[in-house]
Amino acid sequence: MSDDKRDLPSEEGPSVAKPSETSADTAPATAEPTKTSEGVAPAVAKPDGPDGPDEVPGWQAILRGLGPRGLGLKIGAPVLALLISLGITMVVLRISGADPVSSIQSMIDYGTTSNSIVDILNRATRYYLSAIAVAIGFRMALFNIGVDGQYRLAALLAASLGGAVTLPAPFGQMLVIVAAMVIGGAWASIAGLLKVTRGVSEVISTIMLNAIATGIIAYLLNTDRLAADRPGSNNVATPDIPSSGRVGPLNGFLSSIGIDLPGRMYGLLPVAIVIGIVFWVVINRTRFGFDLKISGLSPTAAQASGVSAGRMVVITMVLSGVVAGLIGMPELLGASYNYSLNFPAGLGFTGITVALLGRNHPVGIALAAILFAFLDQSSDILQEVDVPKEIVGVMQGVVVLTVVIVYELVRRWEIRLQQKSVASELAAGHTVAGEAAK
Amino acid sequence: MPDQVPAVRLTSITKRFPGVVANRDIDLEIQRGEVHALCGENGAGKSTLMKILYGMQRPDEGTIEIDGEKVSFRTPADAIARGIGMVHQHFKLADNLTVLENVILGAEPKKAGRIDFGTARKRIRAMAEQYGMRLDPDTLVENLGVGDRQRVEIIKVLYRGAKVLILDEPTAVLVPQEVDELFGNLRELRAEGLTVLFISHKLDEVLSVADSISVIRRGTTVATRLNPREVTSRRLAELMVGSELPTPELRESTVTDDVELTVRDLVVLTPEGRPVVDGVTLDIRRGEIVGLAGVEGNGQGELIETIMGIRTADSGTIGFAGEDVTGWTTRRRREAGIAYIPEDRHRHGLVLEGSLWENRILGHQTEKPNSRGPWIDRRGARRDTTRIVQEYDVRTPGIEVPIGALSGGNQQKLIVGREMSGEPKVLIAAHPTRGIDVGAQAAIWEHLRRARAAGLAVLLISADLEELIGMSDTLHVILRGRLVAEVDPANVTPEELGSAMTGATVEDAS
Repeated sequence: MSDDKRDLPSEEGPSVAKPSETSADTAPATAEPTKTSEGVAPAVAKPDGPDGPDEVPGWQAILRGLGPRGLGLKIGAPVLALLISLGITMVVLRISGADPVSSIQSMIDYGTTSNSIVDILNRATRYYLSAIAVAIGFRMALFNIGVDGQYRLAALLAASLGGAVTLPAPFGQMLVIVAAMVIGGAWASIAGLLKVTRGVSEVISTIMLNAIATGIIAYLLNTDRLAADRPGSNNVATPDIPSSGRVGPLNGFLSSIGIDLPGRMYGLLPVAIVIGIVFWVVINRTRFGFDLKISGLSPTAAQASGVSAGRMVVITMVLSGVVAGLIGMPELLGASYNYSLNFPAGLGFTGITVALLGRNHPVGIALAAILFAFLDQSSDILQEVDVPKEIVGVMQGVVVLTVVIVYELVRRWEIRLQQKSVASELAAGHTVAGEAAK
Repeated sequence: MPDQVPAVRLTSITKRFPGVVANRDIDLEIQRGEVHALCGENGAGKSTLMKILYGMQRPDEGTIEIDGEKVSFRTPADAIARGIGMVHQHFKLADNLTVLENVILGAEPKKAGRIDFGTARKRIRAMAEQYGMRLDPDTLVENLGVGDRQRVEIIKVLYRGAKVLILDEPTAVLVPQEVDELFGNLRELRAEGLTVLFISHKLDEVLSVADSISVIRRGTTVATRLNPREVTSRRLAELMVGSELPTPELRESTVTDDVELTVRDLVVLTPEGRPVVDGVTLDIRRGEIVGLAGVEGNGQGELIETIMGIRTADSGTIGFAGEDVTGWTTRRRREAGIAYIPEDRHRHGLVLEGSLWENRILGHQTEKPNSRGPWIDRRGARRDTTRIVQEYDVRTPGIEVPIGALSGGNQQKLIVGREMSGEPKVLIAAHPTRGIDVGAQAAIWEHLRRARAAGLAVLLISADLEELIGMSDTLHVILRGRLVAEVDPANVTPEELGSAMTGATVEDAS
């Protein structure tokens, strides 16, 4: 049989060929629109196209931080989500037998004392850096679950390096920070290289690398190796970083501009802000950021556009690890001066939640980090009003889930709205080409 | 047969979407036990109509009658309950399940709370035999070829008790032998008293398999119940597109002697080691359009992806402007001036969530006016996007809307405009006018002609034989990854080209 794929008749018929010859001759694009817009049926927002724009699976959209595009919705969605989660939290508190209003009131009272504010901001700094490290990967749909191992290993090795050498003022600090970034990046690169060369999912490999990092740290943080006994306790720690290599608190600077806070505010808090700004600029304004974004949105289109997928995976993973290396620095250089068994752990996992909550946007992450730090901090007061402090974990979970769900719903709703408005604007004749012709 | 109550009768179906009328006063009557073909161009409203019949969308006006009874479907489940089944163009099968599991998925027979595989297996075997389909219920779907997968889909629908089968462009993914087999299956189904509604825009297939034909154009039926013995494919085509057919054609030859792109003995293997591109050798000169005709899935896609550096060649070389570029990355090839209109615009040509101007940058990230050094030049990209939107008549309210909100044809126009920007030296164009309305098609052809006159070398792949013949200076036929014939586009008819593509008359055609 002759099953050639014919769509149009053959050109032997002169009656058909002639009129079109002229139309092809006079085919300047500007002359066309009026003719075609009336004549040709559904060329616009054809809802029966094979793939609609809402084809991104919901979970991917969530992890990549896709959300509403309009400004009103950008602000409205989180406010709505927070109100909903506040309501759910009140119900949970009620069920657990507490008085919701007074519990939350006491949390707010306690969380806004100046002592608490310093603690919250310090905590938020750690969460923020961790979440940015995670978000770098998320933006290209790369799940760096290994931030936790990366920052702990980086902090331990950088701490022992800092404790071993004494350098004049800016160089000691810089040495420790750069070392931590290099170590974090190198550790993360293992997962990137495994993915590119062996096709190992980065989720699996980073989780396993976390376990390995824990093992290495346990091995090295031993009096026979990098650590020394702390007199008067059974804690072990690396030697203290000499005072010339430390970063002083920010309080002095703050009181000079009229803000007096008790305690010690991390001296490296501004680093977190700088990292946030750099993250935003790189993602939104550079070619590299563009490649990274499209790799996350459509790996196939990115590849066809000339992005080398493998290279991108390794670079992104390393960058994520480099930022992860910074997570421990504010604490190490500003408060503990050594890596001990008491060094903050688990920040990498909190970072994943905070990045999710902050929609991978530097400002969103900042707010999310402060919210989480506030909840953690004010959990202490709950015990005093006879509410188990673990309820805060429930609150954090509720907030994340609500935000994720609300964002996804709003996003889908907005896409549908947008398609309709595009269709109706076109039907009304508002096109860029049409406007220009007038 | 004629005096029966029709199996399906649609009366003045109208469906509006915001801003467009997708279906307008459609009347359609399908008799029991016939293969009824519904023809129409892309975007004519076929799919919308079928979605209405299958309960995926509700009509704004009009009625649906099944076996003479008026029905109103709210979901596909309602339609299935009334014996209507649909086989989608893109299969919806789980690769890692067996044929049996896929068929019963969602309609599992239960015995004592557990899935009764035994009964299901027997039923599937019996059905396969009854309708003359070869199918082993226990093979994994991932091991099946496209034709077999389609049979699984058909069995799946029959298993749910369908009496009316809707097949949406079933031959688009099949090679000729599989098409023959499918048509054999359809005739068996008809012999068993089932009704088949066959959607296609391939006229010869329609004429060979259908008992009656309806044509839909611009959302409305322009002819119903035509007898395939009394109508020619030419007449059908005219009905489908109306009379204003623009013809793709080249005027004076602009072919020069400078070879711009060379492909030498190119071999590309599947992961299993089967060659999909098998020793292809090809030259494209400045000012020449080289057409590549072939049934979809005969290696065209792999060939162009290898030329673009998206796939790696297993042997052979690719040369561009006198240099061996076989080892170059995709980006380097693009920067050097090889432009690319991919086959699958949603997967390879666009980021649907991105705005128009972001998609303007895509594939040209390192080039002006999109970037300056390491920085994205947002203003430059926006300005140039506006230019493309005007020159290529992209219907959009603005350049900030996500491109996913535009229709396929308008998306394609942006891609074509983007790839023709920056004075490319070679254009690899797969289906450049697919899904585009008639007027815009002529405009894109004109752009191609102009670029060709200015020295562009083009490799053109198209399923539209008219376009291939009309727009090519040289025309090769590809079959199972090999270039089997070179035909003279000035003297070949679509019929001859079509049979050359199936390998039937290779010797005569050259």
